[in-house]
Amino acid sequence: MAQGKRPLSPHLQVYRWGAAMAVSILHRATGSALAVGTIILTWWLVAMATGHEYFNMVQECLGSPVGRLVLFGITIALMQHLASGIRHLFMDAGKLYDLKANTGSAKFTFVFTIVMTLVIWVAAYKVMGRL
Amino acid sequence: MAEFSLPKNSRVGKGKTVKAEGANNTRKFHVYRWNPDDGQNPRMDTFEVDMDSCGPMVLDALIKIKNEMDSTVTFRRSCREGVCGSCAMNMNGKNGLACTTAIDDCKGDVSITPLPHREVVKDLVPDLTDFYAQYASIKPWMQTQSTTPEKERLQSHEDRAKLDGLYECILCACCSTSCPSYWWNGDKYLGPAILLQAYRWLIDSRDETTGERLDNLEDPFRLYRCHTIMNCANACPKGLNPAKAIAEIKKMMVERRG
Repeated sequence: MAQGKRPLSPHLQVYRWGAAMAVSILHRATGSALAVGTIILTWWLVAMATGHEYFNMVQECLGSPVGRLVLFGITIALMQHLASGIRHLFMDAGKLYDLKANTGSAKFTFVFTIVMTLVIWVAAYKVMGRL
Repeated sequence: MAEFSLPKNSRVGKGKTVKAEGANNTRKFHVYRWNPDDGQNPRMDTFEVDMDSCGPMVLDALIKIKNEMDSTVTFRRSCREGVCGSCAMNMNGKNGLACTTAIDDCKGDVSITPLPHREVVKDLVPDLTDFYAQYASIKPWMQTQSTTPEKERLQSHEDRAKLDGLYECILCACCSTSCPSYWWNGDKYLGPAILLQAYRWLIDSRDETTGERLDNLEDPFRLYRCHTIMNCANACPKGLNPAKAIAEIKKMMVERRG
């Protein structure tokens, strides 16, 4: 008979991450982050409706280095969530279950995120005339 | 709620090292050890194995360790050819059968732990009692309502082909214990292996209880905890795709709603 309580075998501690597993957990993490990000964007919209002075203050906040870092993070999260969301849509329709296509599409979400984030930020700086 | 860290009694400590005396070509195997009788925490023992006198598979190394270095190392094994599913374990972070995993395919030292997120009976032997109970819950046998024919129930070649990629499952539990959803909700979620088996009976043309079988799976946890993480298909030592089978069940659920 076992004398002590049986231990639980290692799981997250040992399991090797693959692209598909990473995309899955990132979908959740970015989803949670975006919930917070949406509050920030709502704050910005509310500020717009509140008035000039308040809006300028919020603009300054979001335009500061820390603010831009947060916005950059929101962009990354949004692009990753968008890409893996579309991948989920395909999987809900029964596609992309073949291992090669599945891993490939998982890796593609990373490429999509990096490229789209850069495109958006380069475009933003261009519009501001700072590039 | 998901517990990401191991409970206190499950934290793995450092164990002993056994060297291979007089061997030139060695590889290190880190093996998870837990003895129910000594009241201590699990530990990782290191065995240096002489590869010049060892077979090619991880199971060969384990048997050599048990025969020549430490006879108390405990693990399940039987057929040594990927048919019985007994030697399922986690090797270098991936679930597989020790008998069909080549040592050469493992990079660096080989770390061997029991199937993940299971209660450990001893060393590499996990408790699979609830896994088998879940298997029984899907009634893995043919059920019919029509009168029994004089001879066997026939099946067309096309209908028989629908069982390919399903009947090969050996219930080794590599897939289920690779699945984070099963780790966090293994008491309520049936897991990939059992759901693949469920689908095997759902699409068998001879089975006449498809409706009841679907009713049994229509539940927030039993079926729908699959979030298509795909660890199952990546782990299956038989090259099957439980995630795909689960997706097919979900499609059947939608189709019958009309």
